[in-house]
Amino acid sequence: MIRPIQAAMSTAGSWSSIYGFVRRYPVLPAIILIGLAVMAIFAPILAPLDPLDSDLSKVKAPPAWIDGGTFQYFLGADGIGRDLLSRIIFGSRISMMVAGVVILTGGTVGVVLGLVAGYYGGVRDEVIMRLVDVFYAIPFILVALVVAVVFGSSLGLVIILLSLFSWPIFARQTRALTLQLKTKDYVAAAKIAGASPSRIALRHIVPGLMNVVIVIATLQVGNLILTESVLSFLGIGIPAPQPAWGSMIAEGRVFITSAWWIPLMPGAAVFLTVFAFNFLGDWLRDYYDPNLRQL
Amino acid sequence: MLRYLASRLVYLVLVMIGVSMLVFGLSRLSGDPRYLYMTQGSHYSQEVWDARGRDLGLDKPFVIQYLTWAGRAATGDFGDSVWHKRNSLDLIIERAPATLQLSGVAYLFAILIGTGLGIASAVMRGSIIDLLIRGFALTGQAAPPFLVAIILIFVFAVNMHLFPTSRRGDWSSFVLPVATLAWLGSASLTRITRSSMLEVLDSEYIKLARAKGVGRTSIIFKHALKNALVAPLTLSAILFASFITGTVVVETVFAWPGIGRLALEATLHNDFPLVTGLTVFFSAIYLVSSLVSDLIYAYIDPRVRLY
Repeated sequence: MIRPIQAAMSTAGSWSSIYGFVRRYPVLPAIILIGLAVMAIFAPILAPLDPLDSDLSKVKAPPAWIDGGTFQYFLGADGIGRDLLSRIIFGSRISMMVAGVVILTGGTVGVVLGLVAGYYGGVRDEVIMRLVDVFYAIPFILVALVVAVVFGSSLGLVIILLSLFSWPIFARQTRALTLQLKTKDYVAAAKIAGASPSRIALRHIVPGLMNVVIVIATLQVGNLILTESVLSFLGIGIPAPQPAWGSMIAEGRVFITSAWWIPLMPGAAVFLTVFAFNFLGDWLRDYYDPNLRQL
Repeated sequence: MLRYLASRLVYLVLVMIGVSMLVFGLSRLSGDPRYLYMTQGSHYSQEVWDARGRDLGLDKPFVIQYLTWAGRAATGDFGDSVWHKRNSLDLIIERAPATLQLSGVAYLFAILIGTGLGIASAVMRGSIIDLLIRGFALTGQAAPPFLVAIILIFVFAVNMHLFPTSRRGDWSSFVLPVATLAWLGSASLTRITRSSMLEVLDSEYIKLARAKGVGRTSIIFKHALKNALVAPLTLSAILFASFITGTVVVETVFAWPGIGRLALEATLHNDFPLVTGLTVFFSAIYLVSSLVSDLIYAYIDPRVRLY
């Protein structure tokens, strides 16, 4: 990381080197994601208004740059007069929390199971991999629908459902990579030196997995945010009045003809976030190992 | 090849059993199935209630209940839909053609667009066209599918009056739902084709062909294409399955009378026999298409058959 930055700094000031830097590094996604993190962390300070406060005189108020818009409601107001910008800012908290928790739980479970399956093989491998197949085969949306109807939709349920369906991809990739790493000479050397299986797994195999796990996790975040928005659209996502992006688009879709900003502003937030994560994930994959294109 | 096929078939059956257990467990988690058939609020004597329980086999152990259900499900009998008061499988078969038509057409477009654009973008790597194609693919992957559908309706149906906003009719009613599905499907296919084509174009045998003076067109279409299409080909069968579930969203937005919308309606009506039937049906489609993709892969690349 240090070398290219120094190279860029030594010729700083020339436009072509800045252009080269932008071409080589995911500058735009990084800016979007840093902005997103700042938004999520400092939401109460940054949001101009209360995201749940509705002002009926401001119903469907347009964004500031359109006739009739005010700077107080910079991105406009929704169908019951709540400030869209404030709701999007607070919505970033929900999106980041859902994605973060799901990736941590799903990623950990998936990596552990994939490691066990790949390292030990045998019956454990068969059972875990068939379970992975089962989760791949079941249509997630239908299960989510059934569960939401039975238990009622809530933030916790969305997190549990998404976690339940996000571990298989980690398990499958971890297993495949563990099978490769297991045959390496340094693993054999560790074995000869008398290292225990758990030590070999943790100290010699897990470090080799981390790159791939980080790439999958980054690419999965985008997927999760999209899936959460689809759940909200079907009416089984994060319930109102919480300002989740998916629910905001879903609630706002009836206004597409009269006040396009109500669905499209949160839509743009989802789009930019997913775009940034996918772009970053692609870049990381190529950076770590150009041979991982199939992920 | 036969041994490989046999082992894949055994896996398929095992996974299907796993799916059925999970689905049955979920449907029982939702509570006593008697509440579905016997309207709430009306009074039943204890005898009637118990008799109904015996009819449904609820007095037997859970495992026996599952085996009875699975035995019937294996012959295609998921029980009568609570909401439509008809056999669930009949309903599914009745509504399936609309979904198959929609996803079939979208699938064809997604394959043509995805592989076509992927090859073009790999061959013209670094050009403006490559940039545009990658933008098209990244956009397709990052946009929520229902939002794409809504924007398409807003622009092409409401503003320009080119196509109907919803419902199944003549060919023009297919344009917007197919465009939505095909864009999302071709996005991942474009990216996989592009990277796999790039990889092949970078390989030694292509360099040799170039050194020998083989023409550009011949290198791309005769030498590189066949190997570059292996990865997208295996993805495409899975893509078909993801289309079938993707239709839940698209059919809801476009009021399309297929099984995707049927699934949403069934859950909203607490219609568990129908929902379990649909879930098993969707899973079966997924498993069969991934079996097909495995077989295609094994046919093209004999090394796979070894395990």
